[in-house]
Amino acid sequence: MSALINGLITGILFGFLLQKGRVVRYDMQVGALRLKDMTIVKFFFSAILTGMAGVAVLHHFGIARPLILPTNIGANIIGGLIFGIGWAIIGYCPGTSLGALGEGRVDAFWGILGMLTGAAIIAEVYPEISSTILTWGTEGSITLPQVLGVNEWVVITAFVIGGLSLFVWIEKKGL
Amino acid sequence: METESRGWSPYLAGALTGGVIIASAWIAGNYFGASTSFVRVTAFIEQLFSAERVSTMDYFRWFGPRVDWQVMMVLGILIGSFISSMTDGSFKVKAVPDMWESRFGPSTVKRSVFAFVGGVVLMFGARLAGGCPSGYGLGALVQLAVSGLIVVVCFFAGGIIFANIIYRGGEKQ
Repeated sequence: MSALINGLITGILFGFLLQKGRVVRYDMQVGALRLKDMTIVKFFFSAILTGMAGVAVLHHFGIARPLILPTNIGANIIGGLIFGIGWAIIGYCPGTSLGALGEGRVDAFWGILGMLTGAAIIAEVYPEISSTILTWGTEGSITLPQVLGVNEWVVITAFVIGGLSLFVWIEKKGL
Repeated sequence: METESRGWSPYLAGALTGGVIIASAWIAGNYFGASTSFVRVTAFIEQLFSAERVSTMDYFRWFGPRVDWQVMMVLGILIGSFISSMTDGSFKVKAVPDMWESRFGPSTVKRSVFAFVGGVVLMFGARLAGGCPSGYGLGALVQLAVSGLIVVVCFFAGGIIFANIIYRGGEKQ
Protein backbone atom coordinates (compact mmCIF):
# COMPACT_ATOMS: atom_id res chain seq x y z
CA MET A 1 0.00 0.00 0.00
CA SER A 2 2.76 2.46 0.86
CA ALA A 3 4.28 1.89 -2.59
CA LEU A 4 1.01 2.97 -4.16
CA ILE A 5 0.81 6.14 -2.08
CA ASN A 6 4.46 6.83 -2.82
CA GLY A 7 3.75 6.42 -6.55
CA LEU A 8 0.79 8.77 -6.36
CA ILE A 9 2.78 11.46 -4.55
CA THR A 10 5.67 11.09 -7.00
CA GLY A 11 3.24 11.47 -9.90
CA ILE A 12 1.56 14.53 -8.39
CA LEU A 13 4.95 16.22 -7.97
CA PHE A 14 5.98 15.22 -11.51
CA GLY A 15 2.69 16.42 -13.01
CA PHE A 16 2.88 19.68 -11.05
CA LEU A 17 6.40 20.37 -12.32
CA LEU A 18 5.57 19.35 -15.90
CA GLN A 19 2.68 21.80 -15.89
CA LYS A 20 4.70 24.57 -14.22
CA GLY A 21 7.39 24.13 -16.87
CA ARG A 22 4.57 24.42 -19.47
CA VAL A 23 5.86 21.31 -21.24
CA VAL A 24 2.67 19.24 -21.40
CA ARG A 25 1.21 21.18 -24.34
CA TYR A 26 0.97 20.19 -27.98
CA ASP A 27 2.42 23.52 -29.06
CA MET A 28 5.51 22.96 -26.89
CA GLN A 29 6.03 19.32 -27.90
CA VAL A 30 5.54 19.82 -31.63
CA GLY A 31 7.31 23.18 -31.38
CA ALA A 32 10.40 21.27 -30.23
CA LEU A 33 10.08 18.69 -33.01
CA ARG A 34 9.82 21.54 -35.53
CA LEU A 35 12.93 23.04 -33.88
CA LYS A 36 11.07 26.26 -33.10
CA ASP A 37 10.71 26.14 -29.30
CA MET A 38 13.12 24.23 -27.10
CA THR A 39 11.16 24.46 -23.83
CA ILE A 40 10.72 20.70 -23.54
CA VAL A 41 14.36 20.07 -24.39
CA LYS A 42 15.41 22.43 -21.58
CA PHE A 43 13.08 20.67 -19.14
CA PHE A 44 13.89 17.11 -20.24
CA PHE A 45 17.66 17.45 -20.21
CA SER A 46 17.70 19.48 -16.97
CA ALA A 47 15.80 16.60 -15.36
CA ILE A 48 18.08 13.97 -16.90
CA LEU A 49 21.36 15.69 -15.97
CA THR A 50 20.23 16.32 -12.39
CA GLY A 51 18.81 12.81 -12.04
CA MET A 52 21.93 11.26 -13.55
CA ALA A 53 24.28 12.78 -10.99
CA GLY A 54 22.03 12.02 -8.02
CA VAL A 55 21.18 8.47 -9.05
CA ALA A 56 24.87 7.69 -9.68
CA VAL A 57 25.60 8.66 -6.08
CA LEU A 58 22.76 6.43 -4.84
CA HIS A 59 24.08 3.52 -6.92
CA HIS A 60 27.64 4.15 -5.76
CA PHE A 61 26.70 3.86 -2.10
CA GLY A 62 24.29 1.00 -2.70
CA ILE A 63 21.31 3.08 -1.55
CA ALA A 64 19.31 2.27 -4.70
CA ARG A 65 19.73 -0.73 -6.97
CA PRO A 66 20.18 -0.08 -10.70
CA LEU A 67 17.38 -1.26 -12.97
CA ILE A 68 18.77 -1.15 -16.50
CA LEU A 69 16.34 -1.61 -19.39
CA PRO A 70 17.93 -4.11 -21.80
CA THR A 71 19.35 -3.03 -25.14
CA ASN A 72 17.56 -4.67 -28.07
CA ILE A 73 19.02 -2.69 -30.93
CA GLY A 74 16.40 -3.64 -33.57
CA ALA A 75 13.37 -3.03 -31.37
CA ASN A 76 14.90 0.08 -29.76
CA ILE A 77 15.55 1.76 -33.12
CA ILE A 78 12.39 0.67 -34.99
CA GLY A 79 10.12 1.24 -32.00
CA GLY A 80 11.77 4.57 -31.23
CA LEU A 81 11.27 5.85 -34.77
CA ILE A 82 7.63 4.66 -34.90
CA PHE A 83 7.05 6.40 -31.57
CA GLY A 84 8.47 9.59 -33.08
CA ILE A 85 5.99 9.47 -35.97
CA GLY A 86 3.05 9.04 -33.60
CA TRP A 87 4.46 11.74 -31.30
CA ALA A 88 4.58 14.25 -34.15
CA ILE A 89 0.88 13.58 -34.84
CA ILE A 90 -0.52 13.54 -31.30
CA GLY A 91 1.87 16.09 -29.80
CA TYR A 92 1.85 14.42 -26.39
CA CYS A 93 3.85 11.52 -24.99
CA PRO A 94 2.30 8.95 -22.63
CA GLY A 95 3.25 10.84 -19.45
CA THR A 96 2.44 14.31 -20.73
CA SER A 97 -0.91 13.22 -22.20
CA LEU A 98 -2.21 12.84 -18.63
CA GLY A 99 -0.70 16.19 -17.73
CA ALA A 100 -2.31 17.82 -20.77
CA LEU A 101 -5.69 16.41 -19.80
CA GLY A 102 -5.11 17.73 -16.28
CA GLU A 103 -4.75 21.31 -17.57
CA GLY A 104 -7.88 20.99 -19.70
CA ARG A 105 -6.52 19.91 -23.09
CA VAL A 106 -9.34 17.53 -23.93
CA ASP A 107 -7.83 16.33 -27.22
CA ALA A 108 -5.41 14.40 -25.00
CA PHE A 109 -8.36 12.25 -23.93
CA TRP A 110 -8.70 10.87 -27.47
CA GLY A 111 -4.97 10.44 -27.59
CA ILE A 112 -5.06 8.41 -24.39
CA LEU A 113 -7.78 6.17 -25.86
CA GLY A 114 -5.53 5.73 -28.90
CA MET A 115 -2.60 4.80 -26.65
CA LEU A 116 -4.68 2.16 -24.88
CA THR A 117 -5.65 0.81 -28.31
CA GLY A 118 -1.99 0.77 -29.35
CA ALA A 119 -1.19 -1.22 -26.21
CA ALA A 120 -3.94 -3.70 -27.12
CA ILE A 121 -2.48 -4.12 -30.62
CA ILE A 122 1.05 -4.77 -29.36
CA ALA A 123 -0.33 -7.39 -26.97
CA GLU A 124 -1.99 -9.14 -29.94
CA VAL A 125 1.09 -9.16 -32.15
CA TYR A 126 3.59 -9.81 -29.35
CA PRO A 127 4.14 -13.49 -30.27
CA GLU A 128 5.24 -12.43 -33.79
CA ILE A 129 7.47 -9.60 -32.58
CA SER A 130 9.11 -11.62 -29.85
CA SER A 131 10.38 -14.19 -32.36
CA THR A 132 11.56 -11.57 -34.88
CA ILE A 133 12.30 -7.89 -34.12
CA LEU A 134 12.94 -8.51 -30.44
CA THR A 135 15.72 -10.96 -31.30
CA TRP A 136 17.65 -8.50 -33.47
CA GLY A 137 20.72 -7.25 -31.63
CA THR A 138 19.95 -8.26 -28.06
CA GLU A 139 22.78 -7.00 -25.92
CA GLY A 140 21.26 -7.28 -22.45
CA SER A 141 21.31 -4.69 -19.68
CA ILE A 142 24.41 -2.80 -20.74
CA THR A 143 25.43 0.69 -19.69
CA LEU A 144 27.49 3.36 -21.41
CA PRO A 145 30.37 3.16 -18.88
CA GLN A 146 30.58 -0.63 -19.48
CA VAL A 147 30.58 -0.31 -23.26
CA LEU A 148 33.06 2.58 -23.28
CA GLY A 149 35.20 1.02 -20.57
CA VAL A 150 35.31 4.19 -18.48
CA ASN A 151 34.21 5.33 -15.04
CA GLU A 152 30.55 6.42 -14.80
CA TRP A 153 31.60 9.92 -13.74
CA VAL A 154 33.47 10.35 -17.01
CA VAL A 155 30.24 9.63 -18.88
CA ILE A 156 28.19 11.88 -16.61
CA THR A 157 30.70 14.71 -16.98
CA ALA A 158 30.49 14.32 -20.76
CA PHE A 159 26.69 14.48 -20.62
CA VAL A 160 26.77 17.55 -18.38
CA ILE A 161 29.20 19.36 -20.67
CA GLY A 162 27.19 18.34 -23.74
CA GLY A 163 23.91 19.35 -22.09
CA LEU A 164 25.17 22.73 -20.90
CA SER A 165 26.62 23.44 -24.36
CA LEU A 166 23.21 22.61 -25.84
CA PHE A 167 21.53 25.00 -23.40
CA VAL A 168 23.98 27.78 -24.25
CA TRP A 169 23.36 27.24 -27.96
CA ILE A 170 19.57 27.23 -27.46
CA GLU A 171 19.68 30.47 -25.48
CA LYS A 172 21.95 32.10 -28.03
CA LYS A 173 19.48 31.19 -30.77
CA GLY A 174 16.60 32.44 -28.64
CA LEU A 175 14.72 29.14 -28.86
CA MET B 1 -6.89 38.42 -25.53
CA GLU B 2 -6.32 37.21 -22.00
CA THR B 3 -2.76 36.82 -20.92
CA GLU B 4 -1.64 33.74 -19.10
CA SER B 5 1.01 33.52 -16.41
CA ARG B 6 4.23 32.21 -17.85
CA GLY B 7 4.93 29.44 -15.41
CA TRP B 8 8.40 28.54 -14.15
CA SER B 9 11.68 28.38 -15.98
CA PRO B 10 11.81 24.97 -17.70
CA TYR B 11 15.37 24.61 -16.40
CA LEU B 12 14.17 25.01 -12.81
CA ALA B 13 11.11 22.76 -13.24
CA GLY B 14 13.30 20.18 -14.99
CA ALA B 15 16.01 20.23 -12.34
CA LEU B 16 13.38 19.86 -9.60
CA THR B 17 11.97 16.90 -11.55
CA GLY B 18 15.49 15.46 -11.44
CA GLY B 19 15.20 15.82 -7.66
CA VAL B 20 11.93 13.87 -7.70
CA ILE B 21 13.62 11.16 -9.81
CA ILE B 22 16.41 10.88 -7.23
CA ALA B 23 13.94 10.83 -4.33
CA SER B 24 11.84 8.07 -5.89
CA ALA B 25 14.92 5.92 -6.50
CA TRP B 26 16.02 6.55 -2.92
CA ILE B 27 12.74 6.14 -1.08
CA ALA B 28 10.86 3.61 -3.19
CA GLY B 29 13.62 2.08 -5.32
CA ASN B 30 11.56 2.93 -8.41
CA TYR B 31 12.52 4.62 -11.64
CA PHE B 32 10.30 6.73 -13.86
CA GLY B 33 8.15 5.25 -16.61
CA ALA B 34 4.65 5.63 -17.99
CA SER B 35 3.86 3.40 -20.96
CA THR B 36 3.74 0.09 -19.02
CA SER B 37 0.79 1.52 -17.11
CA PHE B 38 -1.17 1.93 -20.34
CA VAL B 39 -0.64 -1.80 -20.99
CA ARG B 40 -1.89 -2.61 -17.50
CA VAL B 41 -5.01 -0.48 -17.95
CA THR B 42 -5.64 -2.08 -21.36
CA ALA B 43 -5.28 -5.52 -19.77
CA PHE B 44 -7.77 -4.46 -17.10
CA ILE B 45 -10.31 -3.25 -19.69
CA GLU B 46 -9.93 -6.40 -21.83
CA GLN B 47 -10.29 -8.52 -18.72
CA LEU B 48 -13.77 -7.08 -18.19
CA PHE B 49 -14.80 -8.60 -21.51
CA SER B 50 -12.72 -11.75 -21.68
CA ALA B 51 -10.79 -12.62 -18.54
CA GLU B 52 -9.84 -16.05 -19.81
CA ARG B 53 -8.25 -14.74 -22.97
CA VAL B 54 -6.23 -12.09 -21.10
CA SER B 55 -4.86 -14.75 -18.77
CA THR B 56 -3.52 -16.74 -21.73
CA MET B 57 -1.78 -13.84 -23.50
CA ASP B 58 1.97 -13.70 -22.98
CA TYR B 59 2.16 -9.94 -23.07
CA PHE B 60 -0.46 -9.50 -20.38
CA ARG B 61 1.27 -12.13 -18.30
CA TRP B 62 4.28 -9.80 -18.24
CA PHE B 63 2.28 -6.62 -17.80
CA GLY B 64 -0.95 -7.76 -16.20
CA PRO B 65 -3.99 -5.84 -14.97
CA ARG B 66 -2.38 -4.73 -11.75
CA VAL B 67 -2.27 -1.38 -9.97
CA ASP B 68 1.34 -0.77 -9.02
CA TRP B 69 3.65 2.13 -8.18
CA GLN B 70 3.85 3.30 -11.77
CA VAL B 71 0.09 3.21 -12.45
CA MET B 72 -0.40 5.42 -9.41
CA MET B 73 2.39 7.71 -10.59
CA VAL B 74 0.76 8.14 -14.01
CA LEU B 75 -2.54 8.92 -12.31
CA GLY B 76 -0.69 11.40 -10.12
CA ILE B 77 0.56 13.30 -13.19
CA LEU B 78 -3.07 14.09 -14.06
CA ILE B 79 -3.78 15.32 -10.53
CA GLY B 80 -0.53 17.29 -10.21
CA SER B 81 -1.08 19.08 -13.51
CA PHE B 82 -4.67 19.83 -12.52
CA ILE B 83 -3.61 21.31 -9.18
CA SER B 84 -0.85 23.39 -10.78
CA SER B 85 -3.02 24.76 -13.58
CA MET B 86 -6.03 25.50 -11.36
CA THR B 87 -3.95 27.39 -8.82
CA ASP B 88 -2.12 29.63 -11.31
CA GLY B 89 -5.02 30.23 -13.67
CA SER B 90 -3.53 28.39 -16.64
CA PHE B 91 -6.21 25.68 -16.70
CA LYS B 92 -8.14 26.00 -19.92
CA VAL B 93 -10.52 23.63 -21.64
CA LYS B 94 -9.24 23.40 -25.18
CA ALA B 95 -9.93 20.75 -27.82
CA VAL B 96 -7.74 22.02 -30.65
CA PRO B 97 -4.17 23.24 -29.97
CA ASP B 98 -3.26 26.63 -31.50
CA MET B 99 -0.41 25.32 -33.64
CA TRP B 100 -2.54 22.44 -34.92
CA GLU B 101 -5.33 24.85 -35.83
CA SER B 102 -2.98 27.13 -37.73
CA ARG B 103 -1.95 24.22 -39.94
CA PHE B 104 -4.89 21.79 -40.04
CA GLY B 105 -7.88 24.00 -39.24
CA PRO B 106 -10.27 24.40 -36.30
CA SER B 107 -12.18 21.09 -36.66
CA THR B 108 -12.47 19.37 -33.28
CA VAL B 109 -13.41 16.08 -34.94
CA LYS B 110 -10.35 16.13 -37.18
CA ARG B 111 -8.03 16.91 -34.26
CA SER B 112 -9.64 14.23 -32.07
CA VAL B 113 -9.30 11.58 -34.80
CA PHE B 114 -5.65 12.40 -35.42
CA ALA B 115 -4.90 12.54 -31.69
CA PHE B 116 -6.36 9.03 -31.45
CA VAL B 117 -4.39 7.75 -34.45
CA GLY B 118 -1.19 9.39 -33.21
CA GLY B 119 -1.78 7.74 -29.84
CA VAL B 120 -2.11 4.30 -31.43
CA VAL B 121 1.09 4.69 -33.47
CA LEU B 122 3.04 6.21 -30.57
CA MET B 123 2.11 3.51 -28.09
CA PHE B 124 2.82 0.73 -30.60
CA GLY B 125 6.28 2.22 -31.09
CA ALA B 126 6.85 2.80 -27.38
CA ARG B 127 5.99 -0.77 -26.44
CA LEU B 128 8.04 -2.17 -29.32
CA ALA B 129 11.01 -0.08 -28.18
CA GLY B 130 10.26 -1.09 -24.58
CA GLY B 131 9.23 2.27 -23.13
CA CYS B 132 8.44 5.96 -23.60
CA PRO B 133 10.37 9.21 -22.92
CA SER B 134 9.69 8.81 -19.20
CA GLY B 135 11.00 5.23 -19.05
CA TYR B 136 13.91 5.58 -21.44
CA GLY B 137 14.80 9.20 -20.82
CA LEU B 138 14.02 9.86 -17.18
CA GLY B 139 14.47 6.20 -16.17
CA ALA B 140 17.07 4.48 -18.34
CA LEU B 141 19.24 7.32 -19.62
CA VAL B 142 19.45 8.67 -16.08
CA GLN B 143 21.07 5.33 -15.21
CA LEU B 144 23.36 5.58 -18.26
CA ALA B 145 21.72 2.62 -20.03
CA VAL B 146 22.77 2.19 -23.67
CA SER B 147 19.12 1.45 -24.50
CA GLY B 148 18.11 4.84 -23.09
CA LEU B 149 20.49 6.73 -25.36
CA ILE B 150 19.52 4.79 -28.51
CA VAL B 151 15.78 5.13 -27.92
CA VAL B 152 15.80 8.81 -26.91
CA VAL B 153 17.79 9.67 -30.05
CA CYS B 154 15.29 7.68 -32.17
CA PHE B 155 12.27 9.31 -30.47
CA PHE B 156 13.55 12.74 -31.44
CA ALA B 157 14.82 11.65 -34.88
CA GLY B 158 11.46 10.12 -35.85
CA GLY B 159 9.55 13.02 -34.35
CA ILE B 160 11.64 15.79 -35.92
CA ILE B 161 11.53 14.21 -39.37
CA PHE B 162 7.80 13.52 -39.32
CA ALA B 163 6.78 16.84 -37.72
CA ASN B 164 8.71 18.69 -40.39
CA ILE B 165 7.05 16.61 -43.11
CA ILE B 166 3.51 17.29 -41.93
CA TYR B 167 4.21 20.97 -41.27
CA ARG B 168 6.00 21.52 -44.57
CA GLY B 169 4.55 24.59 -46.19
CA GLY B 170 4.10 26.18 -42.79
CA GLU B 171 0.96 27.48 -41.16
CA LYS B 172 -1.63 27.74 -43.89
CA GLN B 173 -4.80 28.97 -42.29
